[in-house]
Amino acid sequence: MRSTDLDNRHYYCHYLQWPTAVGHFSKEVRSMESLESFRQEVRSWLEENCPASQRLPRDGETPLPWGSPQAVEDAKLWLERCANKGFTCPSWPAEYGGGGLSNEQEKVLRQEVAAVGTQLPGMSFGTHMLGPVLLELGNEEQKRRFIPDIIHNRLTWAQGYSEPGAGSDLAGLQTRAERVGDEYVINGSKIWTTGANNADWMFCLVRTDPDAPKHDGISFILFDLKSPGVTISPIELISGASEFCQVFFEDVRAKAENLIGEKNKGWAIAKRLLQYERTMISGMGGGGGPRGGAKRKRVAKRYRSMADMALPYVGEKDGKLADFALRDQLTQTEMDTICLTLTTKRVGEEVKAQKGPGHTASMFKWYATELNKRRQEILTTALGTQALGWEGEGFQAHELAHTRGWLRSKGNSIEGGTSEVQMNVIAKRVLGLPD
Amino acid sequence: MALALTEEQKILQSTAREFISANAPVAHLRGLRDSRDATGFSRDLWKEMAKLGWVGLTFDEASGGSDLGYAELAVLFEECGRTLAPTPFLSSAVLGAECVRRGAAEPLRAQILSGVAQGETLLALALDERAHFAPYVIETKAEKSGEGYVLTGEKGFVLDGHVADRLVVVARTSGAAGDRDGVGLFLVDRLAKGVTVSRTGMVDSRNAARVRLDRAPAEAVLGEVGGGADVLDAALDRGTAVLCAEILGLATEAFEQTVEYLKTREQFGVKIGTFQALKHRASVMFAELELARSIVRETMNAIDEDGPDVPALVSVAKARCSDVGSLVSREMLQMHGGIGMTDEADIGFYLKRARVAELTFGDASYHRDRFATLQGY
Ligand SMILES: Cc1cc2nc3c(=O)[nH]c(=O)nc-3n(C[C@H](O)[C@H](O)[C@H](O)COP(=O)(O)OP(=O)(O)OC[C@H]3O[C@@H](n4cnc5c(N)ncnc54)[C@H](O)[C@@H]3O)c2cc1C
Repeated sequence: MRSTDLDNRHYYCHYLQWPTAVGHFSKEVRSMESLESFRQEVRSWLEENCPASQRLPRDGETPLPWGSPQAVEDAKLWLERCANKGFTCPSWPAEYGGGGLSNEQEKVLRQEVAAVGTQLPGMSFGTHMLGPVLLELGNEEQKRRFIPDIIHNRLTWAQGYSEPGAGSDLAGLQTRAERVGDEYVINGSKIWTTGANNADWMFCLVRTDPDAPKHDGISFILFDLKSPGVTISPIELISGASEFCQVFFEDVRAKAENLIGEKNKGWAIAKRLLQYERTMISGMGGGGGPRGGAKRKRVAKRYRSMADMALPYVGEKDGKLADFALRDQLTQTEMDTICLTLTTKRVGEEVKAQKGPGHTASMFKWYATELNKRRQEILTTALGTQALGWEGEGFQAHELAHTRGWLRSKGNSIEGGTSEVQMNVIAKRVLGLPD
Repeated sequence: MALALTEEQKILQSTAREFISANAPVAHLRGLRDSRDATGFSRDLWKEMAKLGWVGLTFDEASGGSDLGYAELAVLFEECGRTLAPTPFLSSAVLGAECVRRGAAEPLRAQILSGVAQGETLLALALDERAHFAPYVIETKAEKSGEGYVLTGEKGFVLDGHVADRLVVVARTSGAAGDRDGVGLFLVDRLAKGVTVSRTGMVDSRNAARVRLDRAPAEAVLGEVGGGADVLDAALDRGTAVLCAEILGLATEAFEQTVEYLKTREQFGVKIGTFQALKHRASVMFAELELARSIVRETMNAIDEDGPDVPALVSVAKARCSDVGSLVSREMLQMHGGIGMTDEADIGFYLKRARVAELTFGDASYHRDRFATLQGY
């Protein structure tokens, strides 16, 4: 996943928390006291280890320009330090290099991280999609081989799911893999593969039994994208950046030991990963929640970030945003955001006992992406023609970024399964409506 | 505070569901409507609910209450919403009681509240003077007369006004209609001279009345003369919050019945639930309802913590619940086809109640405006 992609997703995800029960690997329930000493530990560790450029500036500090060489170095250092503690994947078992934290400890970690105004680094397709699935369904050797690399972000992963002829109907995929000795030989093509041109490895769905019914002949395999026979051509997006690609395979050889689960049983793995993906798309980011410590006193929060963006362009009349229809739409979006955030929290509490995301992941994916598109549309209206610049003079950097962000947001309700597909899942799996 | 229900709240929920579905199913409301019942609800049932400790759930023990929170009260309102149970809960135990609790001096305060908690005393808030909710648009006058005040004006949409023992009347001592200052709350005996109450028949078969005041004497002033808006706002926020819980219950029930119908009704040789046009609309309703549930719970938590964001959260909740109640009740009717149009089915009752509740204490656009104003834009 390239940084442009991450940024875009962060754009609508920063207000959401990771909605699912994580940290279920550690069964230990610590007493409040040891939780408190854990908090102190984390606090002083953060104080010592989080570089200033990687958190919000404190009083009297001048922030480093974003993207400056020092900030880039700091970001690497921050990632490395967190990875060494397993904090990039706090709930993963310590034996593979994860944080090994309990639910409660992870919550404390996220609260303290939020309190210093930073984020846990290293979020990737590896940490949020492939990793959880490997931990659930991979064998011991596969975990030892790949999990530490994911925690340290040493490999960048691409998702080889969609094909020219298989999008929503993913199980119709045609890329073939045939067993030859201790290898599989792969032929076919994947498309819309985000970041393939910058990725090291791919997790890929391949057809290993062309005669079986379509869901029964699929396998889930990992291989190196530098392998001979792989050709990657970037495809330009409407937002300009070429962040996704078409990938062609001609007699590409993948080691059979890197096939996850059983041969021809890859569809279940594919679907499990999609649940993690949908959860990530709808709820990426922060964690700890806006309120921080459990006993912290309630303060009146301000919900006016969209209004603040709109005001310089729309103006005020009698202390109100001058365009009344826009003000109403904008407020509804702001309100829906609050409700969605709360729902993420509530469902998180309700499924605490459950392992990983359930079918409600489809609801969050649908709602969050449609909401983000709505937000982008309203802000485009608010910024007027200043939101419609493409490049060059006459526009501020944030206005040009808005144009691109607005366009890129259109993909949110397509990637990871379209909105229509999410609604099919809700109808079938949550409501139990007949096929 | 958690947004998921606690174990105790779940027990309260199942007790309430059992009690209300046994004693006040939709047929109960239908019966009251068809017999043109003069009270509009069952006093016996109300007393039963009082005995269970529900009416005074949030009152302090000195006033005969159980000292529980709005989080618990909301559980009861949700259950009442499911069967559209008509009770004076909102008028008496929330709106009226909150005004008294915040504005009355002892011993009057404890005396009235314990009467309410026992299901004996009924209160009603006489506020509205317009067809659209506008709490400070008050023209009813309060004039000094001897030691006390006399009130003159006309009020509409007074919930349970025709049966209330005492009315909390919002009247103005100074300023002009629309001003927040100059508004006061006055306790008035419904049977006092100068008070004329006439019941108005509403589409949802629930109680509302018109109240005419012609130099009617006030028994007491609640809060400060001319400075009653703080008490009024707090009471309205709490009343609006529990109304949201009622809408949530109503809409959840309507939604569940609709999904059930999609699984049973057949056309073209298949269940109608196989049609994607209906599936997707059901999925939309599901998501919108889930979001409503979360904001209702958060609002109750904020009320119980007496947090500064209560007004804003109440507006988020009411805007959403107004919209969701409307959406689900309209879809319920449409997805049932012709049967939805018949009075024999209960569907119309849900649609009608949803519409009245939508407009009560301000509709969605009222609350979006209020929210934006509270945020300063
Ligand atoms: C920005 C972006 C990044 C992506 N990154 C990746 C990636 O990294 N790896 C990867 O494998 N894929 C990726 N994808 C591909 C994505 O998963 C597919 O585009 C998506 O699943 C839809 O498939 P499709 O494009 O073939 O559209 P189609 O499936 O052809 O859909 C066309 C239209 O038909 C509708 N439709 C299809 N089936 C149904 C149905 N059953 N009911 C109702 N409506 C239906 C769809 O909702 C859509 O509106 C990415 C896509 C985007 C936009």
